[in-house]
Amino acid sequence: MSQPFRLNKEGLINRNKKISFTFNGKKLFGYEGDTIASALIANGIHLVGRSFKYHRPRGFFGAGVEEPNAKLQVEFNGHSEPNVNATEMELVEGLSATSQNCWPSVNFDIGAINNFLKMFFPAGFYYKTFMWPKSFWYKIYEPFIRKAAGLGVASIEKDKERYEHKFEYCDLLVTGSGPSGLASAYAAAKNGAKVILAEDKPRFGGTLLTDDVSIDNLSGKDWAEKIISELKSMPNVTVKNRSQVFGYYDHNMLVMFERVSDHLEKKSKFTPRQRLWYIRAKETILSTGSIERPIVFGNNDTPGIFLSAAAKEYMKVYGVLVGKKPLIFTNNDSAYETALEFKKNNVEPIILDTREEHSSELIDEAKSRGIDIRFSHGVIVANGYKKVKSAKIGKLNKDKNSFEKIETVDCDCICVSGFWTPSVHLASQSGNKLKYEEKIDAFIPDKKKQHETSVGAANGSFTLEESLKNGFENGSNLSAKITDTKAEIAIPNVNEKKYGAHDKFWCMPLPKNENPKRFVDFQNDVSVSDIEIALREGYRSIEHVKRYTTLGMATDQGRTSNLNGLQLVSNIENKIVPEVGHTTFRPPFTPITIGTIVGREVGMEYMPTRKTPMHEWHEKNNAVFVDAGAWKRPRYYKLGSETLFEASKREAKNVRENVGICDVTTLGKIDIKGPDAAEFLNRVYTNAWMKLPVGKARYGLMLREDGIVMDDGTTTRISENHYHMTTTTAQAANVLSHLEYYLQIVWPELNVNVVSTTEQWAGAAIAGPKSRDMLSKLYPDLDVSNEALPFMGYKEAEFFGVPSRIFRISFSGELAYEINVKSDHGMFMWEKMMEVGKDFGNQPYGTEALSTLRIEMGHVAGPELDGRTIPSDVSLNGLVSKKKDFIGKNSLGREAFNVESRQKIVGLIPIDRKSSIPEGSHIVQDQNAKLPNPKLGHVSSSCWSVENNNPFSLAIMKDGKNMIGKKFFAVSPLKNKSIEVEVISSHYVDPEGKRVRS
Amino acid sequence: MLYIKCPYCGLRAQKEFSYGGDATVKRPNINEEVSSEDWDNFVYMRKSPRGKHIELWQHIAGCRQWIKVQRDTATHEIFQTAKVTEEIR
Repeated sequence: MSQPFRLNKEGLINRNKKISFTFNGKKLFGYEGDTIASALIANGIHLVGRSFKYHRPRGFFGAGVEEPNAKLQVEFNGHSEPNVNATEMELVEGLSATSQNCWPSVNFDIGAINNFLKMFFPAGFYYKTFMWPKSFWYKIYEPFIRKAAGLGVASIEKDKERYEHKFEYCDLLVTGSGPSGLASAYAAAKNGAKVILAEDKPRFGGTLLTDDVSIDNLSGKDWAEKIISELKSMPNVTVKNRSQVFGYYDHNMLVMFERVSDHLEKKSKFTPRQRLWYIRAKETILSTGSIERPIVFGNNDTPGIFLSAAAKEYMKVYGVLVGKKPLIFTNNDSAYETALEFKKNNVEPIILDTREEHSSELIDEAKSRGIDIRFSHGVIVANGYKKVKSAKIGKLNKDKNSFEKIETVDCDCICVSGFWTPSVHLASQSGNKLKYEEKIDAFIPDKKKQHETSVGAANGSFTLEESLKNGFENGSNLSAKITDTKAEIAIPNVNEKKYGAHDKFWCMPLPKNENPKRFVDFQNDVSVSDIEIALREGYRSIEHVKRYTTLGMATDQGRTSNLNGLQLVSNIENKIVPEVGHTTFRPPFTPITIGTIVGREVGMEYMPTRKTPMHEWHEKNNAVFVDAGAWKRPRYYKLGSETLFEASKREAKNVRENVGICDVTTLGKIDIKGPDAAEFLNRVYTNAWMKLPVGKARYGLMLREDGIVMDDGTTTRISENHYHMTTTTAQAANVLSHLEYYLQIVWPELNVNVVSTTEQWAGAAIAGPKSRDMLSKLYPDLDVSNEALPFMGYKEAEFFGVPSRIFRISFSGELAYEINVKSDHGMFMWEKMMEVGKDFGNQPYGTEALSTLRIEMGHVAGPELDGRTIPSDVSLNGLVSKKKDFIGKNSLGREAFNVESRQKIVGLIPIDRKSSIPEGSHIVQDQNAKLPNPKLGHVSSSCWSVENNNPFSLAIMKDGKNMIGKKFFAVSPLKNKSIEVEVISSHYVDPEGKRVRS
Repeated sequence: MLYIKCPYCGLRAQKEFSYGGDATVKRPNINEEVSSEDWDNFVYMRKSPRGKHIELWQHIAGCRQWIKVQRDTATHEIFQTAKVTEEIR
């Protein structure tokens, strides 16, 4: 199949490699090096989508990031991606692209009826129309609008691709490889600086690839190639194509999006699809170039209308003609280069120049080549629905507000140029307040906030000579400050055509009695009249106009529309553009995939997984795990077809009757050493610590300075100046930081050191009436009697030849011990315990049984110590010393903490002794009361009491202690349950605590 | 993302630090009488300046030292960092 719009020779594509693809189901081919856009244009296809609001036919407008229209749904390499920019996406074998925002097809789109009803869709239409009835919004209006206005469809498949993050540091980051970028990178590299050069496109060189220039007698393209290959050979330089620096953040951190393998047909499974680079640069060169802006005229969105530089790029880079009967519509000289390029390829263009007849190097050349130039002319309206067929053109009067002569000329494309807008997004993001440059009718960077320097077109310098000089100088000076080396660089000789002055003209007037849409923003369908309406309705701030009309809000961020929109507002308001100001530039510059942002931090890699040394044993023995922070803890060990409820009941019961073991490695452990350790603990904990003897443990309670309980746990005095502190699993990291805070900042005079030893020790708790018998078998040579190792006692002994620590502490309320060995010996300890424990009916138990045991004992844990409770709320006021000072003590005297009716911990049992009470239930007096039903408290923890064989809960309840014996309702709207409960003591089992001391 | 100079480790990414609030707040001495007003000021009352602010950060994924950072809360500019035992002027 031939490609009717492909030139025979021109272009940088690889004509030896054909690539087949489909567009809206039609089989087509292009060449390696094509974008989807260039391949479609080569095939004569221009209609690619429908516009956002009016569903008007849309075609390509640009050739790169500036493209507002050609967003396609693209399937390739096994994934489907919406809103892909057809002008950027490289063609890969088997790619399949489809149009978006049209139904049933791009050729016949029912939504296009909006175009004929456009008088009913003015600016702010949605805000005005869908206001009432209010209830219609979610169910009717919003889904309908979304369906009608949607872009592509996100895939619901799991993304199988690999994405990576990379952190990089450099002396100089250069963003863009046009002439000024290449010169900067080269000069800095020669000074020995560590340089990263990033180019968004696949090919390096920027405008050097398309402009008719020579540098040191080389063509622009050859010179770019020479510099790039030299840079690539230097060890201090990283050169990256397909890499866009899209965001400028604090302290000179820039983020770059690299498309690593989207253009590859085959790749290894370890090759990421895309990569996100976090680059901390000492200096940044912003050589992001400029983007051509259009001139606004009637039906200027018709397919076949292009930016003139894009038309030139299609010819020079892709060997593709955007049309064979072009109209060039311009207010400046740069479009003449496009005309000359057409002419070179035997196509006869007509140039319509809004300026009066004059002469310049390029105009003269065009004249000498016999190109038809019509000065003081412009396109009034494009004719044709799905493709430009002709244009009504007019000769402008002197004031350029009406026409002296109007005629219609045939054409198949219109290439428009309204001069150039520097790409200042990165400078603006860095905090640079931009200034308006009258000479080029655009904003350029002004005062720096960070280490950024804009060069070349991004800084408003539109000649090659200036760009190169700018680049070499800045690259050299900025890097010399860092490397202290300044290499001599000869600035090359440049041959380029100088442009004459442009015309400050940006919008064609309308002739009498005609009112075609003149679009300012293509992607969001914002026309001149929409902006006029917004201003008429009182919107003044440009940010408000933007939001009301959606001007510049789409994924292209108004790259081709912002300045024309500003000009329009300033004309109507009779202000100058700098007074109107500009809207905020926000990262990312172009859309990036969610996958890239996520990187490898997905699934199992979302956060680190912490496993105890006994993890494998748990796995082998059917443990069902639960996440406790980053830890995996066995929740229960499943026997046969047991449910969670059945298994945890069995495990808890076995602890009460025989003995069980539990992996408690995850508890936070902090080693505390130093002569002032006792004094420090005395200040940190609410209870007294000065007299704790060596070889004894004590339960301690820690507060925040505001009096709220922070954490609890036991601390054991290992030797005179050495303590072993345990924290809850959840608070381990916070407690360590808390201790460090007081030691480093508040009491640096205390000679104490703290360090986390959580991962150094493996821990197992043995709990149950038979635990002492079992312990005596584990330590045959040790006296483990109640006298020798009493409650809160501590011993060090060998565990089958392995050093170990034995703590007689209990979380379950049973006679219990905790054994610690070095992590490496954890599995050995566990297996030995399982083996020895057989004779005593030992079974492992998980966190669910552990919770059951502590709840029915009335022991508080995380759900009660929820950052809102003080010691007396949870019956721990016995641990609060009246004699000494400690962290948070002064707050406990606050009035609100001491009112009689303050919340207190209580126990709840259901009246029917059967219904379990959902955690989080609210306690109310009357379950049928009118909402809002006054809340008396909430259920913090619930279990099935294995001791009493009925449900039991802990609750935090207003005036709790005085409520004992009364009946209430525990209501859970979430579970749709309401259970009548009786308030009892929170200590449901062994209230005197006899068992732990037995 | 900020780039914070730890006085012990050098320039490190913000990711390695955690924020610790106003560094100029001084805790009343332990074992000394303190008025309710002074205590409330210490526990609750903080200025929230726009501009220069001396604050605490902990190099939590590094040397674990608490440090002082003088930062502009509006622009994120960091003027100075110091050990907690040193003064920032």
